[in-house]
Amino acid sequence: MSVDMRTFLAHVELANPITTAAGCASSGRELAQFFDLHRLGALTTRSITMAPRAGRPTPRMAETPSGMLNAVGLQGPGIDAFLERELPWLAQRGIRTIVSIGGGTVAEYSELARRLADAPGVTALEVNLSCPNMEDRGRVFAREGSAAAEVIASVRSIMRYDVPVVAKLAPDVADIVSVARACVDSGADALSMINNPLGMAIDTEALRPSLAAVTGGLSGPAILPLAVRCVWQVHAALPGVPLIGIGGVMSGRDAFQLVLAGACVVGVGTALFHDPYACLRVERELEDLLRARGFQRLADAVGLAHRPPGSAHRHLLVDSEESTP
Amino acid sequence: MQVTGTVLTTRRVDAYHALTVVAPGIAERYRPGHFVSVAVGGAYTSMVTRRAFSIHDVKSDYGGTVELVFTAGGPGTAWLAERRARDTLDLVGPLGRPFPLPRDPAHCVLVGAEYGSAVLFPLADALLARGCRVDFVLGAAGAERVFGAMRARRLAETTTLTTEDGSLGVRGKVTDALPAVIADTRADVVYACAPMETLRAVTAVAMEFDIPVQVAVEESMACGIGVCMTCVLPIIGDDGVTRMVRACVEGSVFRGEQVRFEDVGTIPFDALGAPGGGVRHVS
Repeated sequence: MSVDMRTFLAHVELANPITTAAGCASSGRELAQFFDLHRLGALTTRSITMAPRAGRPTPRMAETPSGMLNAVGLQGPGIDAFLERELPWLAQRGIRTIVSIGGGTVAEYSELARRLADAPGVTALEVNLSCPNMEDRGRVFAREGSAAAEVIASVRSIMRYDVPVVAKLAPDVADIVSVARACVDSGADALSMINNPLGMAIDTEALRPSLAAVTGGLSGPAILPLAVRCVWQVHAALPGVPLIGIGGVMSGRDAFQLVLAGACVVGVGTALFHDPYACLRVERELEDLLRARGFQRLADAVGLAHRPPGSAHRHLLVDSEESTP
Repeated sequence: MQVTGTVLTTRRVDAYHALTVVAPGIAERYRPGHFVSVAVGGAYTSMVTRRAFSIHDVKSDYGGTVELVFTAGGPGTAWLAERRARDTLDLVGPLGRPFPLPRDPAHCVLVGAEYGSAVLFPLADALLARGCRVDFVLGAAGAERVFGAMRARRLAETTTLTTEDGSLGVRGKVTDALPAVIADTRADVVYACAPMETLRAVTAVAMEFDIPVQVAVEESMACGIGVCMTCVLPIIGDDGVTRMVRACVEGSVFRGEQVRFEDVGTIPFDALGAPGGGVRHVS
């Protein structure tokens, strides 16, 4: 018996809950050499900016225990080239695409939304409020509910009503629930978390920081517990809001943790660097885990870990009752 | 493509480790200059980035084998050095853009420093098969770090060895010996794989002789397939615009004169998308 893996990101149905994490699959073409992108629930693009960006100097990457630091600096071709070449490529193939956008000002986010509002092939819009690599360090919107809300309200008012706007949150905040609530109150249809927390490594041979940008975003299995905590807290406070859980997912079991904490979609990021087929493997493993535990639908497992003590295995009992002749 | 390869043999070559891995699909598609990436640390590894290696040798036995050459520097390569016959490895490849080969027989000088030399041997085989003349210039800090001197002598018309401590061949760097070799062999083209500083000097020499030079760069990368954006370097495009280009998919072989060696590790102010719009001019 197969498990029904369909999931809803706001009102948009996805065939399965696995997406790529923004910035970890470029715009899809590289991964398409390895597998059919239609097998993803959705493809999330890297964060698109108004102007082309050359990014940060190298070294941009440092491996850390169970993770890596990156300081790429949103290198990308800019919105014009994205709309001309990359989005049509995805749209023509009918690949579900979550477009991530990044900007330095509310006006820039708004302009990006305006450009994308009429573009075919945008399944959802993810607003990168939290990229720690932005050159302008003062404007990390996700650190403050009011700044994040301003961006979301503006983008939501511009985007077509049938394209969900997803706010991507950073874990480097005192209270992620208050930022999440501010985003939802200003119109976010869904939330995704977490972006990379900031980290740093020092090269003990050169006796200086390993990254040219000094600090970078930490990703990989090292941040999975942080992601599970954030998803848990936000789902507890806002149970009706669809969540994309992202952060250090390497296996189906990791994805299952995020689902049980409250995520209905799971992003796979750094695992793609290690294994180009990671998304397919995680999806398969997640399905196997659900089946082994008697779930018929992924949706039944979303946020299940929040059930009060004493109600354990309710669904399993229901299932066994149903299957008893 | 991704292949679970089985280690066939392991051996030490001078100061380096060499692993022969049965990897049918990769060996079949391989062209000189391609590289592979290897997952290190086993199934529950804490090392999330893959390690990229150039291929030293490809054989068709056992359905196709590839040989990787590396130094055991960090924990990843140390793990790889401990692999034994019949262990399995997760390989992705062949990756990158191979060396372009001359259409007609030409005189080719192949320059390698340290284990960068490894990638030049399959190239030499391909060039010889096309009737080219091949001459090697190989160098390193010391004699035990010069890779493949014996094989070079067997393959090439002439082989010039250089060591910085003078323990083997000419004392000095490969670029000290290169001008004489180019002049003596009336070389038409130079191929090089070495650390960035050496490639810069090799390119300068080739440009002085006004002959084309193809360089294979060794940038650190996390994925090898073009998604992580960490292996970029400033490359001048055919339109004259400098872009931050990924060494893994657009390289790792570039025309020497395209690479802005002096700006590697920076974002040149006139690069496309550089901070400030890339249109500033210094006067």
